[in-house]
Amino acid sequence: MFDNLSAKFASAFSSLRAKGRLKSGDISEIADQIKAALIESDVALDVAASFAERITERSLDRLEEVNRGTNPSQAIFTIVNEELTAILGGNSRRITLAKKPPTVIMLTGLQGAGKTSLAGKLALHLKKEGNTPLLVASDLQRPNAVTQLQTVGESINVPVFAPEPGNGVGDPVAVAKAGLKFAQEKFHNIVIVDTAGRLGVDQELMREAIRIRDAVSPDELLFVVDAMVGQDAVRTATAFQEGVGFDGVVLTKLDGDARGGAALSILEKTGKPILFASTGEKVEDFDIFYPDRMASRILGMGDIQTLAEQAKRAMDGATTSRLEEKFAKGEDFTLTDFLAQLQAMKNMGSMSKMLAMLPGAGAIKKQIENFDDNELIRTQAIVESMTPAERNDPKLLNGSRRARIAKGSGRQVSEVNNLVDRFSAAQKMMKQMRSGKGIPGLPGMPAMGGMGGPGMGLPAPMQQKVTPKKKSKSGNPAKRAAEEA
Amino acid sequence: MALFSKILNRFRGGSLTSADWDEFESNLIEADLGGRLTQEIISLAKSARPDDIEAELTQLLSAKLSTADRRISLTPGRTTSILVVGVNGTGKTTSVAKMMKYFKDQKLAVVVAAADTFRAAAIDQIQTWGERIGVPVVVGKSEGDPAAVAFDGIKRALAEQADIFIVDTAGRLHTKSGLMDELAKIRRVVEKASPIDEVLLVVDATTGQNGIAQAKLFTESVQVTGLILTKMDGSAKGGIALAIEDETGIPVKFIGLGESAADLRLFDAQSYIQGLLL
Ligand SMILES: Nc1nc2c(ncn2[C@@H]2O[C@H](COP(=O)(O)OP(=O)(O)O)[C@@H](O)[C@H]2O)c(=O)[nH]1
Ligand SMILES: [Mg+2]
Repeated sequence: MFDNLSAKFASAFSSLRAKGRLKSGDISEIADQIKAALIESDVALDVAASFAERITERSLDRLEEVNRGTNPSQAIFTIVNEELTAILGGNSRRITLAKKPPTVIMLTGLQGAGKTSLAGKLALHLKKEGNTPLLVASDLQRPNAVTQLQTVGESINVPVFAPEPGNGVGDPVAVAKAGLKFAQEKFHNIVIVDTAGRLGVDQELMREAIRIRDAVSPDELLFVVDAMVGQDAVRTATAFQEGVGFDGVVLTKLDGDARGGAALSILEKTGKPILFASTGEKVEDFDIFYPDRMASRILGMGDIQTLAEQAKRAMDGATTSRLEEKFAKGEDFTLTDFLAQLQAMKNMGSMSKMLAMLPGAGAIKKQIENFDDNELIRTQAIVESMTPAERNDPKLLNGSRRARIAKGSGRQVSEVNNLVDRFSAAQKMMKQMRSGKGIPGLPGMPAMGGMGGPGMGLPAPMQQKVTPKKKSKSGNPAKRAAEEA
Repeated sequence: MALFSKILNRFRGGSLTSADWDEFESNLIEADLGGRLTQEIISLAKSARPDDIEAELTQLLSAKLSTADRRISLTPGRTTSILVVGVNGTGKTTSVAKMMKYFKDQKLAVVVAAADTFRAAAIDQIQTWGERIGVPVVVGKSEGDPAAVAFDGIKRALAEQADIFIVDTAGRLHTKSGLMDELAKIRRVVEKASPIDEVLLVVDATTGQNGIAQAKLFTESVQVTGLILTKMDGSAKGGIALAIEDETGIPVKFIGLGESAADLRLFDAQSYIQGLLL
């Protein structure tokens, strides 16, 4: 899908480019493409149409100027991007803190939008800014939503007010009210109220949300919505706006490949700003909302910033520092560490998918396809089939153990041998380095096939071979192993 | 929902204005059918004779549906294993609970494995359901290896000669290859003991065009055999299911109509199409 859309845009713009001077007919052609692209990104039809109209108008207004420049098609694209960024960031603002604490933040949204995880993320974010948040468990409906919030709160060291067990027991309105009182007594300056998910059409639950709202008078009532949501976003957002009402929007699950065009519709239809974005499963995966990133994403131009940050988070997280520490202490680099490294890399998401998120990825499609994620997967399968003792001391790996590992991981014994050899060589090299040449960089990054990228600081023997993927082979590792056997 | 009824009435009443056609297009897009399918439907409608239009549209939409079997394939004499997968928050655990009840009501013995060891309190959630419905739930450690829990589950199911074994898994985005590989491993490990008969992808009816990418990528790693379309009790029309069936041939098997264990129905393709048409 991604390819489709990028390709559509690319071809539309390249045909513009070929034309040099643009005529008004060219503009309406590109406007149609833009409209189609927006619809494919889940933007509501009327929103997409009026956006395309706006682009047409602005472009026609500036046609003279555009044509005087060296690259008219680029100028049009800039207009599109600017316009979209402007709309997405229109009336953008930071969260409002109450003059008289505590500031009350209430979360609402559909079931499964990610409210409970978000409550934790928001609490951590606000805590890092020097606040003393309290989480209040008013989702008493979904089985164990209360326990989930408690676990999250514990992990980030934020107290959770949860007097009721949930699972259908307790009054969410009373809990919210008591939570607010508790916060006042204990001098928490922010209260975050998690509520049960509800459908826009569920009148009874909507009334309950209204009663919670009236009980705590939130300073910020936030509507939490999943970036993967489709056209229903408009109906649901409208139902919530007319029902309980809201002051701002939070977009979740932006770490996937959904374009999130619904965000544009919600903004246009409700006039409420998007305040935060949630970008992963970990409690730190949370950020304020960046309209420019969202604009390129909706237009299918990739979200490079988020991508870069995901990579950074995955790579220089705890694993790396732990490794460096080990290394400095003179401990051995083991297969367990190696596995942690592989895991960190895989957590970044599929390398080829990440690369494909880059703008203009179409041009280097071949190279991207040649990058073999499965190599990483196979290596990991082998290491995972070893016992912890074996990982820490590969010398244990005699013939029968290797055969067992090959069987367990669905690989050949020769592949196990190969990995152990490469690893031992790497380990030896690390030892030599430590005895003389300082700390090496991050081990484990495979070279990118055909892109000329060297492995990031990886000792040469451990660099993974890049085997060009043959078309017929299955992307499913299990199936593929069978094909290869 | 009355997606086509207005347009059909106007058709019978005579000519359509361009505003009518715009409204028609908008209705189709709003159902999450996607741009391509929408254009296809519109061009067919434009060329159809007023008398035939309803039949022609029904036929077109029916032809888009998957031709695969929509029943859950039960193999008598051995445990039928079902792996439940999907992105975060779509309703996997609730759907597993609904299936516990669905099969238990048919007097079948069910065992469930709580292989979502990732999300906080996910194990408690499925355990609570198991207790309510009276189905044993095999659990492991929080943050433990989900494949190991699944393996313990299938061993217990086989030992008890259960008819149905269901694995609830953690939500994951289809773009994260590490997590997708973990899923493939769960499958592999269960299959060491007994074949997996169904891999059900849980898709939320509010999902937009991203649903197609979800179906494709989950199939790549675990060979999805069917969909569960949840939250059909809301305002979303679930048109993405038709788009997914059209693109991938994977059939919808169940729909979810609410939050309680009884809110599960077998998917009825004809009434789904009728729902879109009338
Ligand atoms: N209205 C409605 N809500 C549902 C349905 N299925 C699941 N849910 C709700 O969606 C939320 C997420 O469900 P859960 O099963 O925990 O999702 P999981 O993360 O995929 O396991 C919960 O609040 C469920 O009650 C359905 O068919 N209709
Ligand atoms: Mg779950």
